[in-house]
Amino acid sequence: MLRRLAANPLTVAGAVIVVLLFFIAAAAPWLAPWDPSDFDVKHVLEGPSRVHLLGTDGLGRDVLSRMLYGARISLLVGFVAVGISTAIGMTLGAVSGFFGGIVDTIIMRFVDVMLCFPTFFLILAVIAYLDASIWNIMVVIGLTSWMGVCRLVRAEVLSLRERDFMVAAQALGMRPSRMILRHALPNALAPVFVAAILGVAGAILVESSLSFLGIGVQPPTASWGNILTEGKSTLGVAWWLSVYPGVAILVTVLGYNLLGEGLRDVLDPRLKAR
Amino acid sequence: MLSYLAKRLAGFVPLLLGISFVSFMVMALAPGNPVDLMTDMNPKASPESRIQLEKYYGLDRPIHVQYGLWLNRIVHGDLGTSFSRDRRPVLDKILEALPITLMLNAIELALILALAIPIGIYSAARQYSFGDRVTTVLLFVGFAMPSFWLALLAMTLFGVHLDLLPISGLRSLDYDSMTTLGKVGDRLAHLALPIGASVVTGLAGMSRYMRSSMLEVLRQDYVQTARAKGLSERVVLLRHALRNALLPVVTLLGMSIPGLIGGSAISETIFAIPGMGRLFFTGVMARDYPVVMGILLFGAVLTLLGNLLADMLYIVVDPRLRKR
Repeated sequence: MLRRLAANPLTVAGAVIVVLLFFIAAAAPWLAPWDPSDFDVKHVLEGPSRVHLLGTDGLGRDVLSRMLYGARISLLVGFVAVGISTAIGMTLGAVSGFFGGIVDTIIMRFVDVMLCFPTFFLILAVIAYLDASIWNIMVVIGLTSWMGVCRLVRAEVLSLRERDFMVAAQALGMRPSRMILRHALPNALAPVFVAAILGVAGAILVESSLSFLGIGVQPPTASWGNILTEGKSTLGVAWWLSVYPGVAILVTVLGYNLLGEGLRDVLDPRLKAR
Repeated sequence: MLSYLAKRLAGFVPLLLGISFVSFMVMALAPGNPVDLMTDMNPKASPESRIQLEKYYGLDRPIHVQYGLWLNRIVHGDLGTSFSRDRRPVLDKILEALPITLMLNAIELALILALAIPIGIYSAARQYSFGDRVTTVLLFVGFAMPSFWLALLAMTLFGVHLDLLPISGLRSLDYDSMTTLGKVGDRLAHLALPIGASVVTGLAGMSRYMRSSMLEVLRQDYVQTARAKGLSERVVLLRHALRNALLPVVTLLGMSIPGLIGGSAISETIFAIPGMGRLFFTGVMARDYPVVMGILLFGAVLTLLGNLLADMLYIVVDPRLRKR
């Protein structure tokens, strides 16, 4: 499988980007040339230079250092939000597919209802009256993006339920919880994994949009989205505040998408090339 | 078709109930009650008027009764009045903003389709060619691009540096004094940036989907038959394959509606376009609960209708489904 993944240069590029981001996030304190929250009123809105490689912001803070720390935020948001949505989606999906009947109907109708709402509207509505803390954002993104995984797991479990090994497990008197956890879910993991990686990209985009609108990660904590917010008001004089964080978001999302799509091509035999 | 429609509409009832319940709960769970918010802004509000307001919203009742009362009101077309200073009915505000958002999204969708279908056909017909790889990479980049960032850059480039296009609103100040042709031109100029930014970021999903749908169809026996008959590749692609490959795209159209509406919150806010998205965002920021609940409801119902429309279109374009 690894060999087939490596055969696609785009997937490799995605994997490299993702690994690099992990490294940057982990090593931010050592990589950052300045303290990300140190201001310096003598050097406000300075363009990229030897001293400040990516320039400084309106408070004289080093943009490069803030971006490096921002990588931590986007990574954290991406993974925690997706962790929450995957946990909810897998639980509800497995229960729905395994038990069927009225339980299945209720859960699936609920999924239908949730899918009708423009997700971003729901997120905005809830975030607005919670404090815009990074934890709230992760929870809300997680709570509004589990439906795809839920449907996926349900479909897998539904088809697995009739298989011989499941019937055998039942005949042996195995408890439903054990049948789901030990036998059904492990067989449904591959597509969930792909959905999770693509989900990280989505969550990062949502976080940056929220931060850009001013209701996401709050300053002084640096996030790529909130650096961009300042960039918006100073676009005419300080392009570096807008261009670099945008590129960072783009490359990150691109990395996760490329990796996710590459994995999907390998894991989903239906899409195999002729 | 009619019986199908009736069946579908009947199936909407529980969905609509669910939608209304979620919209209600989102706001009911919010800390602080709306009367506090209204009276906080207005120091002159007397305790009596507070009680009156609480009665009006039924806030002195248990929550399930509140939901019932609210549901009863919205069924009768009363979404309440906005908490904002103008105190206008929410329904009026929404109906004013809705056509703008619908127009924007319809144009966007039309442009996306007009670009995505040819791209998808090309990429599938020449799978793994140089052109396919280049478009794939470009589409991925477009897909990964934060739409607000692209909007920001486009505004700076075309609006500020080149001074070619207006960057906010839907019309110029002297709109009323323009000729008809001038008005059309003015409108198009105002739409260019918001729509352009959304199309670039929205194109990828549809194109990739079209490509895989086309690849799937090209693998079918009837395509092989068509080729074996000696038909030209052009006819095989455009007449035999394309028509079948378009079917799943119809379903995707219906599913893409909530995303489009959700995205309008960002683009309309950036470009100061008075549509649903901006109305929602300003409503959220001002904690204007009636507006927020009303738009949540409207957005979900629009999606429902969009899906129904897509499914019916599916029946129209796929003869196999007609008999059932």
